[in-house]
Amino acid sequence: MADMKYTSDHEYARVENDIATVGISEHAQEKLGDIVFVELPEVGKTLSKGQEAAVVESVKAASEVYAPASGEVVEVNDAIVANPELVNESPEDAAWFLKIKLSNPKDLDGLMSADKYKDYLENID
Amino acid sequence: MNDVSHKNFTSAGSVTATGNRGLQIEEPLLFEIGSTNFTGVDVEEPEAFESRLGDVERTDMMGLPGLSEPETMRHFVRLSQKNYAIDTGIFPLGSCTMKHNPRLNEKMARLPGIGDIHPLQPQKTVQGAIELMMQLSDWLTSLTGMPAVAMSPKAGAHGELCGMIAIRAAIEAKGEADTRRVVLVPDSAHGTNPATAALLGFSVRSIEAEKDGTVRASAVRESLGPDVAAMMLTNPNTCGLFEPDIAEISAALHEAGAYLYCDGANFNAIAGKVRPGDLGIDAMHINLHKTFSTPHGGGGPGAGPVVFSKSLAPFAPLPLMARDGDGKLELIEEKASSGEARPFGRLTAFHGQMGMFVRALAYMLSFGEDGVRQASEDAVLNANYLRKLLKDTMSQPFGDRVCMHEVLFDEAFLKGTDISTLDFAKAMIDEGFHPMTMYFPLVVHGAMLVEPTESESKRSLDQFAYALKALANAAKRGDKDRFKSAPRFAPLRRLDETRAARQPILSYTPPAQQAAE
Repeated sequence: MADMKYTSDHEYARVENDIATVGISEHAQEKLGDIVFVELPEVGKTLSKGQEAAVVESVKAASEVYAPASGEVVEVNDAIVANPELVNESPEDAAWFLKIKLSNPKDLDGLMSADKYKDYLENID
Repeated sequence: MNDVSHKNFTSAGSVTATGNRGLQIEEPLLFEIGSTNFTGVDVEEPEAFESRLGDVERTDMMGLPGLSEPETMRHFVRLSQKNYAIDTGIFPLGSCTMKHNPRLNEKMARLPGIGDIHPLQPQKTVQGAIELMMQLSDWLTSLTGMPAVAMSPKAGAHGELCGMIAIRAAIEAKGEADTRRVVLVPDSAHGTNPATAALLGFSVRSIEAEKDGTVRASAVRESLGPDVAAMMLTNPNTCGLFEPDIAEISAALHEAGAYLYCDGANFNAIAGKVRPGDLGIDAMHINLHKTFSTPHGGGGPGAGPVVFSKSLAPFAPLPLMARDGDGKLELIEEKASSGEARPFGRLTAFHGQMGMFVRALAYMLSFGEDGVRQASEDAVLNANYLRKLLKDTMSQPFGDRVCMHEVLFDEAFLKGTDISTLDFAKAMIDEGFHPMTMYFPLVVHGAMLVEPTESESKRSLDQFAYALKALANAAKRGDKDRFKSAPRFAPLRRLDETRAARQPILSYTPPAQQAAE
């Protein structure tokens, strides 16, 4: 999982070449509870880092998923729109949200490694 | 007779043949009791007439169930018996101010001169009603220290919309509509605040609260710029805490050419104690159905008049109220007759919720100014009494500190028990209490927001705290099943909220058809 990076808002980005696969972390799905609705952006949309990329709604709350880096949306995971429970079952694998073609790979420099994110979670609880 | 064949309506684990428990009757839907082949009413055949509907005339049955009057009566009375209301017991929903609805209010609203009038009557025949609205307006402007009020908004979110449209109109009048596009909203806000801003085309900039649950003026200053139109702030905030920096925040906003909207949902903590106008607030809605005791929560329409500062007053919506030299009252319905004012338009067809105006004014007049102040004091006292009783059993996210009219707990005291806030709330139903607000505000993990209001006696608060303590202790003892299986004694067991949200069934299908499908 060396290529997994996390934001302080609990998004992750898995980077392969210039494509970042974005979703929400295991911790995020656990805190949100049962996910009942996911809204994804259109393919082709250009996102800037920190911009609202998707919306996720659980029985407890609705929250935004922010783009961890700037770039163009090249693919979205329609499976989680049809089956939002996938996000609870496999947030960091099958239930990715979108893929971004990075316009500035340096955007990801400030993100946390898996180990750092683990420390971060311990400190916020 | 009750049809007990509808399994959906039979309590799981029922031990009686009917599914009824004592006098608590299982009640199917009207459509399942009545048959479309019968009618409970003897309607005479209409005289011969010529239909002008042509081929759009209905020829098949409407499918309405036919029931007799006693069947209909029983149906609704039985449903009402399943209800939990402020007339049944403490209703501690935080942020909702579920206070007692005095019966005097109801008596006043039913006076023929008030209950039997119509909004389209000539104004000269309803001078008393307009006078009543004027008096209520005077109360609201006096209590808030703000010069103008729009009476027509129908409830809190509608009031937010009204206030924010006035702010947008003021910005347009200054020629800054294209530059001021951002509204600041703290992350503890009611969800309606960012929704209102977004609806009006503003973008929302979130402001993080400090570790103590309140917003610092410095955090607001950092987010301020020439692009900011307004900030929407709730005070006391949704954590039940007074925002100590509010005067400094409003000064900073005004200096930057922006406005301060206050969400007045929590006015019940400060009515008669603090005048929002003195805090520099430019617009605020007042929920008559919360602070001023008119029924809500399925019991009646809301009413959310909005008060305005001097700078926003000219933009208040129609209708305006005026008294001419002879003392005659008038509702001004047209922009052209508004004189110096520049109303942004109108929000509703008529003048607002007259029935609620009557009830709110009845509350104010029966309490008097000192009574309104004491109600706020007692509301705060009651919340703090509960806090003291429960502080060693439950956990508070911002430490044990004086709260306003509601006390906020989090799930930390349940740590390691595998019992969630939701399980805890469901177990409260078994103990005969309506749960508190859960999972709000979002900034607190597993929030439980308790607002007792001034209506509760010491005895009632003691009983409530006793039940919560007993549950918290049971949770800590590891009596998990009691929580996971709750509610055990309610008319229905735990509902599958997740499935209801993922696969909502929004239209009724008769059981026979369901079986066929």
